[in-house]
Order: sequence, then structure tokens, then C-alpha cells
Amino acid sequence: MTGAVAPVDLPTTTMGQRGVWASLRKRPVFWICSAVLALLVVVALVPQLFAGLFGQPDPRACQLGDSSQPPSATHVFGTDLQGCDIYANVIYGTSTSIFIGVLTTVLCLAIAIVLGTIAGYVGGVLDRLISRLTDVFLGFPFLLGAIVVLNSVGGRSPVMVALVLAFFSWPTMARLVRGAVRGVKGTEYVQAAQAMGIPDSRILARHVVPNSIGPVMAIAATMVGSVIVAESTLTFLGVGLQSPSISWGLQLSNAQSYFSSAPHMLLFPSLFLSVTVLALITLGDILRDTLDPKGRR
Amino acid sequence: MSEPLLQVDDLKVEFRVGADVVPAVRGASFTLHRGEVLALVGESGSGKSVSALSLVGLLPDTASVSGSARLDGDELIGMPESRMRHVRGDRIAVVFQDPTNALDPVFTIGFQIGEMLRRHRPSMSKAERQERTLELLRMVELPDPEQRIRSYPHQLSGGQAQRVMIAMALSCDPELLIADEPTTALDVTVQREVLDVMRRLQQRTGTSILLITHDMGVVADMADRVVVLRRGLVEETAEVQALFDAPQAAYTQELLAAVPQLGSPERPVPEASEPVLRVQDLVVEYKVRRGVVRAVDGVSLEIGEGEMLALVGESGSGKSTIGKSILGLAPLTEGSVTIGGLDLATASRRQVREVKRSIGVVFQNPTAALNPRATIGDSIGEPLHVHERMRGAALSSRVGELLERVELPASWAARYPHELSGGQRQRVAIARALALEPTLLIADEPTSALDVSVQATVLELLRELQRDLRFACLFVSHDLAVVDALCDRVAVLHRGRVVELGSRRRVLMAPEHEYTQRLLEAAPLPDPRAQRARRAA
Repeated sequence: MTGAVAPVDLPTTTMGQRGVWASLRKRPVFWICSAVLALLVVVALVPQLFAGLFGQPDPRACQLGDSSQPPSATHVFGTDLQGCDIYANVIYGTSTSIFIGVLTTVLCLAIAIVLGTIAGYVGGVLDRLISRLTDVFLGFPFLLGAIVVLNSVGGRSPVMVALVLAFFSWPTMARLVRGAVRGVKGTEYVQAAQAMGIPDSRILARHVVPNSIGPVMAIAATMVGSVIVAESTLTFLGVGLQSPSISWGLQLSNAQSYFSSAPHMLLFPSLFLSVTVLALITLGDILRDTLDPKGRR
Repeated sequence: MSEPLLQVDDLKVEFRVGADVVPAVRGASFTLHRGEVLALVGESGSGKSVSALSLVGLLPDTASVSGSARLDGDELIGMPESRMRHVRGDRIAVVFQDPTNALDPVFTIGFQIGEMLRRHRPSMSKAERQERTLELLRMVELPDPEQRIRSYPHQLSGGQAQRVMIAMALSCDPELLIADEPTTALDVTVQREVLDVMRRLQQRTGTSILLITHDMGVVADMADRVVVLRRGLVEETAEVQALFDAPQAAYTQELLAAVPQLGSPERPVPEASEPVLRVQDLVVEYKVRRGVVRAVDGVSLEIGEGEMLALVGESGSGKSTIGKSILGLAPLTEGSVTIGGLDLATASRRQVREVKRSIGVVFQNPTAALNPRATIGDSIGEPLHVHERMRGAALSSRVGELLERVELPASWAARYPHELSGGQRQRVAIARALALEPTLLIADEPTSALDVSVQATVLELLRELQRDLRFACLFVSHDLAVVDALCDRVAVLHRGRVVELGSRRRVLMAPEHEYTQRLLEAAPLPDPRAQRARRAA
């Protein structure tokens, strides 16, 4: 029993605007996250605007003589092993990293929602088939698979890396969608809709997917971050992006062996990565809360 | 009169919900004497459970409790947790509503009772514990206790599990037993058994019982005195007989008047007509891991235009399954379901969809039956949108009409289900069921999740709508008094078979089948004198 008391009087006015947007814009954290992400998107789109702010606009203008310099007036974030300006590299790397992170997540989401919903809602043979398929992919050693695939394809562009990452990361999400859909399928409002003769396509679109998507969206937001990290792992192993590409992952993998002597090389790219991931996760949480009418105020 | 065992003065409980503070109990005072059964009665949100749980410090961290509650002189409110642990289980024991969830599924019941003794009676030897456990199981009249002591909770029925819970509660001879809706989750015949056991135990051991319930029948059966709570305030305290004979507070009068009672007068019966629904030799079987479960076993029934047929029975009798198989939500293993002359088994998909337009459905739990992410207007409008291709202004005006039909303001269409109370949600579900002007309404326990005063208004609404719109109605229920107030004919189900089918007054006033008689016997009468007379008989 909860402490809620049922209202007895019936006020006849409606409660004003309570859409998703009306609720979102009242939350300061939403604006902070959006501002951070918007800034990152602008940086990704026009890096040249920001790279020159501290007098070192070109990430590829490297002077080996300036190798591993700590932050100074000329190089605000210091320089890396090759003597390249870390600030300019971080700015130019934003575009690649965010592109790979977002594209991979969107691809995963698309596959996971389609397969997970079919498995969860239709059930039976299709469910067993799809579930076993996800198990096979889950059992596949991710790094080994990625190395084999990336070695056998020709160009390793950011799109290709994103495709390969998506190819190996959708199963976890598909399982999540399947579980959520199965839960919603058993609810009485779905049964009521079925009993009313509402077509399955509409039941899926109006009742099942909106009610099962919440937790998946929150995971998707965190996934962008882990994909950016995965890209850096692949790059470190020599099968991800290749120079002259610039990405946070490349910077991190180049810097990790020099952490004790030149910590700034690791610090600044990872700072950007953390802020991006934090903003995405927080935004994911806020979205999940507001997409649920009970979370709106 | 002796010194009271429990003296509660000006008890206040508040919950912090985000930035708000919601009062749940707003200054309740009552006393419980030794050997007495005191009933705390009220509807949901009245603060009856919260009051009782605050005595043993079982409220969540968001609650703040003030006031005073003295157990034999010891102040319970604000007692440090280290001392409270000795009070709980040892001096005050609690029995909860749902016995199957209150027992740990991975331990035997013998182990779980033994655990209580190990905790509170550390000096007992293993053999003594075993002996005491058996004695307790015998006390709650569990059949075959030597065998049962090694059973796991899932091997017990609901009534047996609740008896084990009571045995566990009594293991340390508590001075006070708090029973929080102890029989609400149980079937009426099982409730009868558990109440019998509790009564006999109380007479034998003299334990004081604080009984929390919403059921006036249980109050009449068990209580010596009654405290009526409403919105966290005590409305009335009285001896049980005095309360039922001459309730003082207006609220108590309303509450008692809302309780449905058997013995509704004769009503006009709708004229016989071509049946809207005909179910013949229906068999529904579910495949389970080991073999097949036959949920419905050869049921035949008919409902004519404007007629209301009740399907009554206990859990597992197959009554809900019949409703579901008519809606196409359960497999139809054998037999036929004919709606408006169309046999569902042989009809084409398109025909089935056409037929479904003429069926409305209302489920038991209105909270679960409405999509939480859709406004109530969208929910009501959905069948119109899909089947009638209604859009825009026509749709919203029709939704408004339907809302007004169920006595809700039309402007509420933009609200979400969680902004409504349970009764209002059920009205929305009824409005949705009626959107396509169905010829058949299937109502599966539509009022059993509602408070009794709300139930009365929803039943009144259903009766009125049925009189105006003349749909046939299959009314699934376990509550015979509700059925008596509403339906024309009654079918009694037992283990998937119809054991008795006839007009309302014939079945309820002069039952022929032994099971129907047992059902009627078991429901406690909301009248202490009548209930005593029945017990004496």
C-alpha cells in the first residue's frame, strides 16, 4: 500500500502543457548536457574555427624537436611524441571519434530494435532463431573477429570501422530489447489492444516499442562512449584507423606507454572523452525519465 | 479493564517524496488491550498499514514518525534499531498479505521457522527447536507436519503458506501479532480456513492481534473492537457490534453502506433472445514442461442480448481463461465460440477482426490495462481511430462524449493514467471498452482491485450503462455479493467445469451443488451477529 490518496473532487481544467519538451526545458542539467554536446558537434563540424585559438591551428604541423613537451604558452595542452600540438589534435579528433561513436550506436540500435522486437513479440521459432544468433555473436571473441574482418577489408575508413564495431556489438542490445518487449507484451494494455482487434503493427508502434525503449536508450547513450574507447583499442592494435587519421583513440593509444613520463599526453584526450561520455549518459538518463510520463513534472 | 498492552497517542507519519512531504498518518490514537483483536479498517491511502508498520520500524527511510506508541510501557517510536530488533519477532510479530512472497523460496519451511527460534531463543538445542517447530505447525493445523517440515514454499498452497507464516510469527510467543491484510490474497474458502485457525489460536494463546483489513466481513468475523481510519485520521473507534449496529461517523456509515451484501431483491430479467455469445464444449489446454494442463474442461454457456451472465469461481477455476479464449487471447483446444452467429474457429482473419469490433473488454487491474505513455484520450480513441478511421475533431468530440458517459470531465482527455485514481482509471477502461458500441462486454473482475466505496460507484455505472446500451455482458468475478447486485444469471466454475448454472436468485439463494454452498458459506458476512450465529451453527 502506498501513501497516495485518491482525489475525490474532479477539477475540470487540464494541467497545461506537459509534453516531453515542456518537461525537458525545465531541467538545468538538460541544458548543460545539451550545451556541451552542441559545442562538441560544432567542434566536430568546423574544427578549424577552434584549432587556431591558441596559435597552433594545424594538427599535422609537428616538430620532432618539441617532442613530449608539457603544457606551455605555445602548446596549451603540450605536445605528443612526434611534437604535434595536442590541443589541435584533440579538436580535429573530435569529428572522427564522435562520428564513429554515433554511427555505430545508431546502427546497433536499428538492428537491435528490429530483431529484438521480432524475437520478443512474435516469439516461437523466430525467437529461438534470433536468440541463438545473438548467442553466437556474443560467444564470438570480439577483438579476434574485428581483427580478422578489418584485416581482410581494403580501406579502413571511419565508416568501415563503425560498421565492424556495430557488427559485433548489437547482440547485447538486442537481448535487452527482447527482454523489455517480452515484459510489455504480457501487460494487460497490450492484451486489451489485441482483444480490440488493433493490428499488430500499430500495437508495436504505439504500445510495445515506446514502453520498452526507455532502458535501451539509456544504454545506447553510454554505448557511444564505449564505442569511442573500442575504436581506440582497435587502433592501438593496428587494425583500426590508420595515420594520417586523427582521433582521440589514436591519441590515447599513442600516449599510454608514456603515461609516467608525459601524463598530459593521455590526460587531455581522455578528459574530452570523459566529458563527452558523461554528457551523453546524463542526457540518456534525462531522456529516459522524461519519455516516461510519470517522470514528468 | 486491565492495563492496555499497546497505547498509541497522536501517531504521525510523513513521507518525503522528492521535495514534498506527504502526510500518511495525521495524528492517530488508539489502544489495544491484552487478549483483544483490534481491527484497523480503512480504504487504500487511509494509513492503516503505515500506522501498524511504524510500530515495528519497518517503514522505508523516507518516512518520519512522531508521536508515541507504548508497548507495555516501552516507547516504540524512536527506539534504537538494536533494541527494536529484539522487539520485532520476539514481542511483536507481523504477518503480511502475500504469503508466497513472504517466504524465502530456497529454504524449507522447517528451516525458516527454526531460524526465528535460533535468532530469538539462542539457548534452545537443535532437538528442542525441531520439537517447537512441529508444535507450531500443529498449532496452525497444517496437515501432516512431520512431512511438511521438509517442504519448500512452492510445494504449499496459498492457505498453507499463510499458516506457516502465522506459525513463524507465533514461534516466540509474541505479546502482539500484527496481521496486515492476512487473507486478502487468498480465495474465499481458503480465507475461511485461515481465519478459523487465527480465531482458535487467539482463543487458546490469548495473543493480542492488531488486524489490518479493508474487508468488513473479516472485521465482523474476527474483531472485538474497530478503529476506522480515513486519510490518516481516526474517524471512529467502537466495539464491533456497536459499529455495525449504529455507526457514528458519516464516513463509517458510507463505508458500511457500500459493502455489497447478498440478498438483492428481484429485478426484471431481460427477455430471451438470440444469443450474442454461445460457447459450446470449450476446452482450453496449456502445454507446460511436464504434459498438459486443462484450464477449461468442457464449458458451455450462452448470453442473450442485454443479459449479464456471471462466471464465479476461485483462482484456478478457469473463469478468466474462458474470457480470454473468447477474446482470442487463449488457445481454443476443443469446442466452439460463436459470437453474433460467427464461429471464431472457422472464420477468416478479416471476419475475426470484424467480430472483435463488437466485443469490449475491461480487465481487473485498471493500472495495467492502460498504456502509461498514452493519454487517456488516446487510449479511448484508439479503437475508433483504427476501426472507424475517425480523426481530428470528430475523434476528440467522441472521446469527450465517452468520458462524460463514464462521468469524467471531457477535458481530462489530455491526462495520463498515473494522474488518475484507481476508480477513475477503471472508468477510462470502461469508456474504451464502450467506444465501438459493443454488443458483448467481457468484464474480468473489473472491481476487485478497487476500494469498496469506489467499487460501489463503478458497479452502479456498469449497471446504468448496460441498461442504456443493452450489451450482453460476461462478468467474471469471485465476489458473490457483487454478482448478486449486478447479474441476471450465474455460472459457478470449479476446476474448469461449470458445476451450477441458473438464474441469480436460484443459484445464490437455493444453491444445489455442494461447491456453490461451500462458496456461499465461506464468505464472511459483514454483520457480527449473523457471522457469530453462522459460526455457532
